[in-house]
Parts: sequence; C-alpha cells; structure tokens
Amino acid sequence: MIRVVLPFHLQTLANCEREVTVDVDGTVTQRSILDALEARFPMLRGTVREHVTLQRRPRVRFFAAGKDVTHDSPDDELPTSVATGSKPFMIVGAVAGG
Amino acid sequence: MTAIRVLVGTRKGAFILTSDARRNKWSVDGPYFAGWEIYHVKGSPVDPDRIYASQSSSWFGQIIQRSDDGGKTWSQPGSDDKVDEMPQGGMPQGVSNKFVYDTSEETGKPLTTHQWYDGTQHPWEFARVWHLEPSLDDPDTCYAGVEDAALFRTTDGGVTWHELAGLRGHTSGPDWMPGAGGMCLHTIVLDPENTDRIVCAISAAGAFRTEDGGRTWAPINQGLHSEYIPEPTAEVGHCVHHITAHPSNPNTLFMQKHWDVMRSDDGGDSWREISGNLPSDFGFPIAVHSHDPETVYVVPILSDSLHYPPDGKLRVYRSRAGNEEWEALTKGLPQEHCYVNVLRDAMAVDRADPCGIYFGTTGGQVYVSNNEGDSWEAIVRDLPAVLSVEVQTI
Repeated sequence: MIRVVLPFHLQTLANCEREVTVDVDGTVTQRSILDALEARFPMLRGTVREHVTLQRRPRVRFFAAGKDVTHDSPDDELPTSVATGSKPFMIVGAVAGG
Repeated sequence: MTAIRVLVGTRKGAFILTSDARRNKWSVDGPYFAGWEIYHVKGSPVDPDRIYASQSSSWFGQIIQRSDDGGKTWSQPGSDDKVDEMPQGGMPQGVSNKFVYDTSEETGKPLTTHQWYDGTQHPWEFARVWHLEPSLDDPDTCYAGVEDAALFRTTDGGVTWHELAGLRGHTSGPDWMPGAGGMCLHTIVLDPENTDRIVCAISAAGAFRTEDGGRTWAPINQGLHSEYIPEPTAEVGHCVHHITAHPSNPNTLFMQKHWDVMRSDDGGDSWREISGNLPSDFGFPIAVHSHDPETVYVVPILSDSLHYPPDGKLRVYRSRAGNEEWEALTKGLPQEHCYVNVLRDAMAVDRADPCGIYFGTTGGQVYVSNNEGDSWEAIVRDLPAVLSVEVQTI
C-alpha cells in the first residue's frame, strides 16, 4: 500500500482526503504510482502529467520520503519506506507567483 | 419566463447569480471550483439545466466540468466517483480534459507549427479552453475554442473532444501568431438558420467562417484595417476581440476589434467601421439587444496600453441603429476613479422584456441593467476578477 499526498486543488478535484492510498504491483516508481493514482481517480488524468506525453507538468514536483525526486527518471525505483507505506509520496504544486 | 440565471467565471472560481423575472433581488452562489481560473461557463440553449464550464490552472492544466441540474452539482464528464465499480470498456474515464490536436494524415497535416513572437515557427501547444459554445439544438454537442488557437467539438456531453482541424489547417495557419494574451480562439458564433455555418475569431489571426460544418474555413477579414500589423489590410493577422450576432439576423455581425468597432451585413464577407462618436474604439466585449437586432452595446477602453475606461468613467455605449451614433449609459455606474477592464466574454443579455444587460469587471463587480442599459446596479461588487458572464433566461 502506497501513501500519496495530494495538493489542495487535486484533493477537491478528486473529492478525496489529503492523503490517499494506492496499490502498486511490481517496482514502485513515480510512473507506477501515478498510473495507480490515475486508475483510482480518473479525473486526475492530465493534471499531474500531460495526457499524451505523460510528462510532468512544469509546476508540479514530487517528493519521496522527504527527498525531491522531481527530476529523477520516472522509472527509478523509489525508497523502500515509500514502497512499504511508512513514508508518503508527495505531489506538490510548486510555490509560484506573487 | 420565471427566472434569470447569470453564470460568472472569475480568476478564482465560478459564481451563479439568480433572480426572479424582475431582476431586482439576487442570490449569489459560489465559489464553485474555488481557486481555479474559470474562463467560461455557458448553458445549453435547448436544456438550461445542462451547463458546461472551463476550469483551468497553470499548475494542473485544463478541466471540463458539466452540470445537469442547473449548476447545483457538477462533475467531469465521463468520470465517476464509483470508478472501481465501472466495467472495463465502459464509458471512457478521465479524458474529458484531453484536447489533442489532430495530426492524422487525412485531416491533420500539415498542422505542426505557427508563427511565434520572434517570427520563428513554433509547435502548437494546448494551454486552455477559452470559450465553450453549446449547440443550438443538442445539449450533448458543444464547441470549445482553445489556446493555441483551434476549434474542438464534443458530441457526447463533454466526455471526449475532437478537433475540427480544417480551421487550423487553413493555408494561413503557419502565419498566425499570438497576441499579448496568447493565441486563442475566443469567439464562436453559431448560425441558427444554418448549422453548417460557424464564425470564429482568433487573437491575433482574425475572423474565419465555415459553410460546411467545420471541414473547410475561409478568412473573413475584408474591410478590417489594423495599423499595428505590417500590412494593415492583410487577409489574416488582425486582433479581433469579439464578434456577436442577433439570432434573427445572423448575416449581420458586429465586431469589437483591438481598435475599431465593425459591422458586416453579409455574414462577414465585408466589414465597415461604426466606431463613430465613441470616446475610444478600443475594447473587448460587444453585445446585441435580445429583441432589437440593431441595438448594440460596447464598453470603450482607453487603449491597448491602458486597459481601463477613458477618464476613469465606466460607461457602456449603446447604438440604437447599429451605426456610428452612440450614447453613453452611465446611470448607476462609477463616473470617477474607475480603472477596471471588461473582458471579451464578460457581457451578455437576457431575453426578458425589457431586455436585461449584464457585464462583469476585472474589479469583481457584476452589473445589471433591467431597462436596456438606461440604468445600472451592481449585483455583486467584490468577486475575483471577472473573466466571463453568460445569462440564462429560464
């Protein structure tokens, strides 16, 4: 069971709590977590990453077990603490603007 | 007619203002989609309970929302809270915000680039939906004008969207370039007498018309004169801000251009200027009286560099003959220290009698006149910056 923390606007979009859980088969990566998240909450498709390219949106960042993994490969294996659910995978809307 | 429903899109959510037919006591509901930019909210002419909304964010992209109960509840078409119970291969899920340019060999090429600010070619990149135009006869059909400029259509209530690529595929496409607000298709005028005829406007490419339901398009910019482009009478490149027409007279089009207020009586084949005695012919919205096809309203703005009203006075101007003679409508509007703007989709009319006129400002006010513009009052004063105003007469 993977814990995923969503930013405020995606919580309201998905009508869910700040933290949700998803199940991932196989290696736990950014990609596999986002695939599982979008399968559970289809309304989030296209919001964290582009529909077609699956590229991360520029103002979205990812943290795993407290470490910024935004620019890591989406297929890199994430820390065991995220895979076991002891630490969350965080999707964060970048602080921008005035 | 029993009620008026005003659909307001703002920088920080949508609001719904409702009144009985007298239009002097209003209730305000919202914000819906709080914190998101709501570029446009518009109801179906054939089913007023069916409303579409464009919700977007620089962080999380485009969302399409739909209500089937007059705005009380909303959902993303095709999504369902009970997704785990939905059958495989059932209704498509989570694609209602998927706007993908047509790159098919049959209809989509060559559609790969347009002109960028520096004159180089730039790939088309979807940013957001500026305008939603529900069909005049089918609540499940709706058109979407998007940035970068293209026209999309849904025929399944917003679940899926498909580009009418003939517009972007016009031979002039590679010459289109963005205006200051981006390269957006912001105006869609449907012809109630001819479902195959659609007029669109793009900043800063100009106006285009199809006569075959969107398969092929032609520029309709003859008579426009734009000093700010290299060839002022070019076939494309004009910054058209808005176009409107009365349903009973679709061949007569009124246009607010970057500068100049224009009129066409031949469906856009040719245009003539009717700016006349306006204090400024720069502005964004233009609207036609619901019962008099010759009565037109604009809101003059000082200039493209100074997006506020001349002399700090918020004035709507009305031409009773759709010509060069305009009268200022000021009663109830601030006549000093007013420096708001009124954006292109932020003015609308109801179908009550006498006709009601509505507009919203970047200062967060939504004004109504229930006497054809003779006097005004604010329904609300402190909303976020208003991006769009539409009215349903129910």
